[in-house]
Amino acid sequence: MSFLNIQGLSKQWADTRVVEDINFEICEGEFIALLGPSGCGKSTTLKMIAGLETPTAGNVILNGQNITNRTPGQRQLSMVFQSYALFPHLSVKENIVFGLKARKVPVNERNKRLRHAVELVNLGDQINKKPSELSGGQCQRVALARAIVSQAPLCLMDEPLSNLDTKLRNEMRTEIRALQKQLGLTVLYVTHDQVEAMSMADRIILLNAGRIEQMGSPQALYNEPASSFVARFIGHPPMSLMTRDKHLIGIRPEHITLCKSGYSEGIATHNPNKNPNNNASVIHCDYHGADTLISVDFQGSALMLSLQGHHLFQAGHPLAITWESQHEHYFSAKTGLRTANL
Amino acid sequence: MKLNMPRHQQIYAWLLLFPALALLAAFTHIPMIKTLWRSFTSSGMQNNTGFTLDNYRYLLEDDVFWQVLSNSLWYAAVTVPVSMILALAMALWVNGKIRGRSALRLAYFTPTILPMITVANIWLFFYTPEIGLFNNILGWFGHSGYNWLGDPDLSLFSLMLMTIWKEAGFFMIFYLAALQGISRDFYQAAAIEGSSRWTTLRRITLPLLMPTTLFVLINAFLNAFKLVDHLFILTKGGPNNATNLLLYYIYENAFSFFDAAYASVLTVVLLSILVVLAVFQFGVIERRVHYR
Repeated sequence: MSFLNIQGLSKQWADTRVVEDINFEICEGEFIALLGPSGCGKSTTLKMIAGLETPTAGNVILNGQNITNRTPGQRQLSMVFQSYALFPHLSVKENIVFGLKARKVPVNERNKRLRHAVELVNLGDQINKKPSELSGGQCQRVALARAIVSQAPLCLMDEPLSNLDTKLRNEMRTEIRALQKQLGLTVLYVTHDQVEAMSMADRIILLNAGRIEQMGSPQALYNEPASSFVARFIGHPPMSLMTRDKHLIGIRPEHITLCKSGYSEGIATHNPNKNPNNNASVIHCDYHGADTLISVDFQGSALMLSLQGHHLFQAGHPLAITWESQHEHYFSAKTGLRTANL
Repeated sequence: MKLNMPRHQQIYAWLLLFPALALLAAFTHIPMIKTLWRSFTSSGMQNNTGFTLDNYRYLLEDDVFWQVLSNSLWYAAVTVPVSMILALAMALWVNGKIRGRSALRLAYFTPTILPMITVANIWLFFYTPEIGLFNNILGWFGHSGYNWLGDPDLSLFSLMLMTIWKEAGFFMIFYLAALQGISRDFYQAAAIEGSSRWTTLRRITLPLLMPTTLFVLINAFLNAFKLVDHLFILTKGGPNNATNLLLYYIYENAFSFFDAAYASVLTVVLLSILVVLAVFQFGVIERRVHYR
């Protein structure tokens, strides 16, 4: 039986439909990422599940109970905010046990949970400090500890890492995932960062304009994007799409290679003008360290390919590119939906 | 403190400070010192009569002074907390999602826009025994009404009521601004943690409003001692000094009884009270206030 069941959840502000008929189910202990570009309705969806927004239609069923009309406090869930939402006038300790005090949990139990949570998130020496004395990463840990002590079976996270710098974000990603597994938490994690979603989640729900575009494992979204939107969204850099008749053909940058004949003498020394297989010309090169992203003009469409190492071509430099047909993805030009390969 | 700055920068600094310093000195510091000096060295309207403690001796024997002091303290002790609590309650209310809250906010703020003299004239009409609004309303219930301003037991209370009406709306604006500065995330986090309305108010809203509360408290106390305009219209300190406040008594002594020396002594008393209040507020309360 599903742990969290979302049925036909919709939200409408005046004439704009922010979230439209969202349905999904989550099993206990799963880590689910709600992914999408900004304004796609992912935060609104999360807030409706939390009870902070009232849905226009639909039901939220947690553990077999319809909680759609319950207050946030009655829903048995915890939440980590993007801003951390730590109370600035309370110490770390008081922030963490705020909810336990509000729920009148006995002192012994409160202290036991506090010690446990503080240990889990590694905050030992900080518990008497005020949030303003902590770094961003430490604030994030306090927010996590506050979610942990509540022992709520479902934890909602609203872009919890987006205020941290890249290095810290990578560390916290691993840590949150480890915590989630250790505590067996069910996590619904909102993010606009596909790297977070791909690396942390068991399954990803990709939202676009208030609707679910695709739901599945990270590999499924990457290997078999259900629509041209998913294809353009997932992957860094994303899939390039070319229009051919009534189809869009997608090909990932890492699947495009230079023709063998053009490769034999090495790219830098190769005299490009004499290669009869030349079919593309360079538009722009982007050096990333381990690889170089090259956008090329291929028969009137812009394609991206990534080559290992450092390659800087002049604009207009001809190249001979190729790929294997098994790596092609086909989408209907009209609906954008995936179609069988031709 | 020794300032490590080149000489020409020091001159700039003093030049920039000069206008404010000159005004403060001319209208605040020098008069204060002069008042203190005169309270010891003058008698009636005559200056430089030699050092004397007579003025202070008279102060201790002056029954009217003690009544005025007690009136002023009561006036502050009642109007300050009541208008602040009312202001907070109104701010919490008009900060919520209610219909016509702009109109409501404006309505609450209106008394503040009016000059105190105008307010006093309006309330004079409310309080007048025969044709006054209050007694008319009481009349509908068969009550003979009160002599709001003429009854010594009632008149100070009547003044307090009007002051609260005037001040609460002003303080509400400060509370409202502060409330709107509190992030909604705090309330959402508290809601998720199962915090009741009362707990949220007590443990989040009120502590976060403390800087505002301190500011309003200082202003409210200063106003309580500073505002005497309404006395000129409503009671002139009467009946039998029942509504006489310290500043009005100073005015009476200086400009009605022409006893500048005694007015100086009373001014020293008033200043001392305000200094003690300021020290208490900034020294004691501020340490317990959380500033973001």
